[in-house]
Amino acid sequence: MIRFKMPSLGADMKDGTLAEWRKQPGDFLQRGDIIADVDTQKGLIEIEVFSEGTLEKLLVQEGEKVPVGTVLALIRPVKGHEKEEEELPVTSVDLHPIEEAKPSELPKSTKERIKISPLARKIAEENHVDITQLKGTGPEGAIVKADIEKAVSKKGKEEAEPIDLKPVPPSVESIRMAVAAAMSRSNREIPHYYLEKRVDMSNTLEWLREANKNRPVQKRLLPLAVYIKAVAKALDEVPDLNAVWDNGLVRKNEINIGFVVSLRSGGIVVPSILQADSKTVDEIMDAINDIIPRARAFRLRSSELSESTFTISSIGEGGADKVYGIIYPPQVGIAGFGGISEQAFAVNGMLGIHPVMDITLAGDHRATDGLIGSRFLGALTKYLQNPENL
Amino acid sequence: MSKMIKITYREALKQALREALQTDEKVFLMGEDVGRYGGAFAVSKGFLEEFGPDRIMDVPLSESGFTGAGIGAALGGMKPIVEVMTVNFSLLAMDQIINNASTLLHMSGGQVNVSVVIRMGCGIGSQLAAQHSHSWEPFYAHVPGLIVLSVGVHEDARGMVLTALKSPDPVILFEYTSMLNMEGEIPENSGEVDISKAKVRRSGNDISLITYGTGVYKCLEAAALLAEDGIDAEVLDLRVLRPMDEESILESISKTHRALVVEDAWRSVSISSEVSARIMEKGFFELDLPVERLCGVEVPMPYPKHLETAALPQPMDIADKVKKMLRS
Repeated sequence: MIRFKMPSLGADMKDGTLAEWRKQPGDFLQRGDIIADVDTQKGLIEIEVFSEGTLEKLLVQEGEKVPVGTVLALIRPVKGHEKEEEELPVTSVDLHPIEEAKPSELPKSTKERIKISPLARKIAEENHVDITQLKGTGPEGAIVKADIEKAVSKKGKEEAEPIDLKPVPPSVESIRMAVAAAMSRSNREIPHYYLEKRVDMSNTLEWLREANKNRPVQKRLLPLAVYIKAVAKALDEVPDLNAVWDNGLVRKNEINIGFVVSLRSGGIVVPSILQADSKTVDEIMDAINDIIPRARAFRLRSSELSESTFTISSIGEGGADKVYGIIYPPQVGIAGFGGISEQAFAVNGMLGIHPVMDITLAGDHRATDGLIGSRFLGALTKYLQNPENL
Repeated sequence: MSKMIKITYREALKQALREALQTDEKVFLMGEDVGRYGGAFAVSKGFLEEFGPDRIMDVPLSESGFTGAGIGAALGGMKPIVEVMTVNFSLLAMDQIINNASTLLHMSGGQVNVSVVIRMGCGIGSQLAAQHSHSWEPFYAHVPGLIVLSVGVHEDARGMVLTALKSPDPVILFEYTSMLNMEGEIPENSGEVDISKAKVRRSGNDISLITYGTGVYKCLEAAALLAEDGIDAEVLDLRVLRPMDEESILESISKTHRALVVEDAWRSVSISSEVSARIMEKGFFELDLPVERLCGVEVPMPYPKHLETAALPQPMDIADKVKKMLRS
């Protein structure tokens, strides 16, 4: 039986509320099907399944808030896949415990350590009892077995009480706090090194102009699509940067490029273009057009939020010249694309006015050294300047 | 099921010794006043006449000397039972017990076993004051190479020495003088008992009272009091203090999820500390309450009767403690 768990949709996610089951027991599930909507700090997220099988049993009620990793449902695998034990829609991001993501300078958490007997904790976990809502009757107010048993029988009685499930977009504050937690952790834990490189963008812009000439407005390519594709190819060449840090460098097989989307209300979300290396620039552009509005409406899918293996931040036209990123843990690198501006730039011994862009790389010095980073920027430059080969 | 007979703890010990002397010619008893006087506690009364001075040996007041002689006899192939009149005097024999009896198998590279049984009368409760009221079970249970047994019930009094004599290695047998006149019921055909396992003396579901020696009957009494209040306590008699039967402890905890460890010995660095530590190490996730202990108060034993009583866990104390733990 496959145990389908509450995925972690980012290093800053601790728990999620199961807003709605999209599938019911008996339904046949295919890879990529959306099984449920989960309400998080980042909005209502569609959760996908990654294995085939028949939905056997739902273990969490709609409206219930459960920690990341809680088993949500059991899926009976199709014949021949019985060996699969766990459904893990989460890859990199949940490798690090979330608890430490709260830096001390944030408003002090009122959460105190819950006193609970080891046996009671075990029973609570087996029965999905939220111990934070219980009052203990043991010594020093500790929760003991009897308290859990009482809660379990009560839970049985309260079955199916209607709950208002209207998705509430996350508040500006909650997004701010999520960003604050992830970035504070990164700054605290990751020794960053920074590299930068100035790239002549003449070819790239020329190619884009040509490519967009005969396209309708909706189909036009943005430089971002080229950046993402070029980064994906460069990572394919320098795989040590397409990785996570988990007490050691762990390379990832897929190349999923997260890109920073600013929200009008403030804050950012970082949706991901999955398997960017095997998509064409056009396909990437389509994906971007699909994702950005959904990201701004807080309607992203679980995989799009959780599976990035590398992140880029792009300032866009007319903005700052350079952007130095802070790595999104547990990834090991972030590339920054500054605004393109015309500068005096020498090419082949000839000084001229060229559109140039400064690209930066922030790397995790635990995972890689400057040489690797430098190789990456070299490869990235090569791909950016030869977009016809992308 | 064979017929039950009523018997005192003293009589049970005596019958066991007599059976041992009768069935194996290599067995002999040595100790202060075991012969002509009949034993300081009359356990070997009549033995001198029955078995003769070669097998019932009075020895001089020299614990180190005669315990060493017993160890030597064991090395020579005999089956000596050394009686140290009381545990209090065994301190004088500790060098022999710890440096010779417990180590010789190791020091000889496995060539010689020290098959000696050392009995010690011990326990508290007759106003013998600070120097004669010791509980040294924890001392001996600390030493690798020894087998340490505690005779907490009549059935074990009737059988433990017989099994102990079968052991190839040195056995320390703690007998409790305060229980000598206590009557108990045992099967008529009682004899050898298992000396590798702890034993559940009363089965229960709400809490495990883990104890040994004089604690066993006290815990059984407490369990009876608790039963009136609807609390179903299990009483686990450790019996074997070394090597400790961890399995039985964990089995009991897995059923009751709560434990109170009871002993007369001082609390610090005791048998109860060891039991508690092992539960924490291997049974942590079975626990619903912290393990608690009731032990002897850590003072030199007072002489006045009421203070002596107050210095030890009594059945009422045990019952009260359990009720407090279970908040009932």
